[in-house]
Amino acid sequence: MRFARYLFSRLATYFLVIWIGMTIVFFVPRFLPSDPVTAALGRVMSSGSTMRPEQVQAMRSTLMQLYGLEGTLPEQYVNFMKRAIFAGSFGPSLAFYPTPVNALIAKSLPWTLFLLLTSTVIAWVIGNLIGLLAGYQSDKTYSKLLEGFAVFLYPIPYYILALVLIILFVYVIPIFPVSFSVQGTPLSPEFISRAIFNSVLPALSIIVGASGWWVLSMKALSAGIAEEDYVSFARLKGVGEPTIMGRYVMRNAVLPQITQLALNIGTIFNGALITEILFGYPGLGTLAYTAVVQSDYNLLMGTISIGIIAVATAALVVDLLYPLFDPRIEYR
Amino acid sequence: MVKLNARLKTGGVLLLLFVVVGVILPRFSPYDPRSWNAVPRNLPPSQAHWLGTTSVGQDTFWLLTFAVQNSLFVGVVVAFFATTIGVFAGLVGGFLGSAIDRGLTLLMDVFISVPSLPILILVASLLQGKTSLLTISLVLIIFNWPWPARQVRSIALSMRERDFINTARFSGSGTLSIVVREIFPYVLTWSLANFVNTVLVAIATESGLAVIGLSSVEQATLGTMIYWGLQYQALLAHRWWWIGTPVIAIILLFIALFLASTGFADFSAERRGRKRA
Repeated sequence: MRFARYLFSRLATYFLVIWIGMTIVFFVPRFLPSDPVTAALGRVMSSGSTMRPEQVQAMRSTLMQLYGLEGTLPEQYVNFMKRAIFAGSFGPSLAFYPTPVNALIAKSLPWTLFLLLTSTVIAWVIGNLIGLLAGYQSDKTYSKLLEGFAVFLYPIPYYILALVLIILFVYVIPIFPVSFSVQGTPLSPEFISRAIFNSVLPALSIIVGASGWWVLSMKALSAGIAEEDYVSFARLKGVGEPTIMGRYVMRNAVLPQITQLALNIGTIFNGALITEILFGYPGLGTLAYTAVVQSDYNLLMGTISIGIIAVATAALVVDLLYPLFDPRIEYR
Repeated sequence: MVKLNARLKTGGVLLLLFVVVGVILPRFSPYDPRSWNAVPRNLPPSQAHWLGTTSVGQDTFWLLTFAVQNSLFVGVVVAFFATTIGVFAGLVGGFLGSAIDRGLTLLMDVFISVPSLPILILVASLLQGKTSLLTISLVLIIFNWPWPARQVRSIALSMRERDFINTARFSGSGTLSIVVREIFPYVLTWSLANFVNTVLVAIATESGLAVIGLSSVEQATLGTMIYWGLQYQALLAHRWWWIGTPVIAIILLFIALFLASTGFADFSAERRGRKRA
């Protein structure tokens, strides 16, 4: 029964986050002193084609309709929410007309999920293992070295690491290609191996960037737990050191790290967006960037809305998985 | 004499260096490094140009001083307002409780969960390169106040039950005077560490946006330096000094900020511990 209540309140927050996020996305273009319709018209006009005033007017109303800018503000708001949340449709893309925005997002979302899930999980596991090692016997020299290394890496943003990796492994020692290129039929063996090869550097920059934080927080957590009475008691009782480290210290220290993961997903997503763009990785970040460069308003609104929904969903999944790891959980 | 720990010392010295580079040095620049063709193009580092010159004829070293200045400006403005709003919201929520607290907590959770970068990309792309550093700072403030607010709220909640607060209350102090006199000094040291940390987050986000050309591209910041370097294929041409300079500057600046913030937190925790003993 308690779980049902927890589930209900967690789901309520989830929908609230999406609703407020989408409301911000709705109001930003309407409050900024720029008009996407005029901008799009300006581009058509400056490309040299001459149009009669009626034609301009017709095009303006078509664009207004395409962009969902028709009618009063409340009407637009209701329509936007209907389209974005319930129908999940963002109209046609202008840069790739008449491909619908949804089809473009459907093509790039798996790439982003693949990159983010793999590198976040790897970073979390590696970071927590190193943090556990460094925290379990925190006065040893190797512990201090590991921590010092993490202190050095943690504050550096992913895109800086990405640039350093690009300089090192694309230009100085040319192992990886300058831009992302994967050919062949999707999901054929050759396609998969090319995709993995091309994803090494983007993934590496996220893994290196994200694990620093896990090392530091796991170190602090496990160093605290290693001094608890029940750990000393286990040692006196003759429990082996590996068992103490794994069963006694790690199991307790890892729980807050799972909660942290749910909180950090947004930050990791932010960093991954820029990393994707720098590598030309064909995910949501690069798609959003294409939308910006091509001034594709529908595509921009679509990618950004999906980004917000994806981050909220990922955090929800982590929070709902949490009880699996903690048998003592109390739902409040 | 208080003993400063190694982190605070290293971070502090490095930060001081950045303040000198970003606040004092730009005044001594022999030419405006933002204007193009002020110096010969694509020179590698030499005695005349310590960090070489760019493909549009700017002196990389003097450009760096302006970039550090603007990046620090964004960081300090965002950190100041985000921390002030956050501390205030956290105290109000933690002390008044009830409906106001529930509303504020919900708001904090929502703003922490909505990723800020997509919203920034939306704002920047709609403004079409007319984005000013102040606009970006404003959006960053909106997304950065909830972190300190959450922390301060939990500090305030735990302090509400402490004995010295009850003593103050029984001796007739009102809620406002308790917050100002008893709680605020306690929160202040914590806010300072948070302030430094927010400077880091703000500069990191602005630079990230700038690297992909979505910040204010005409202003020199550490991120826009990288952006122009990438645009002019500095990597392909192996002009490491152009991109390497801002990259190394960002790495050093962030390590300095991180060391200063955690070092200061340790330092104030230690001092409190000693006083109590």
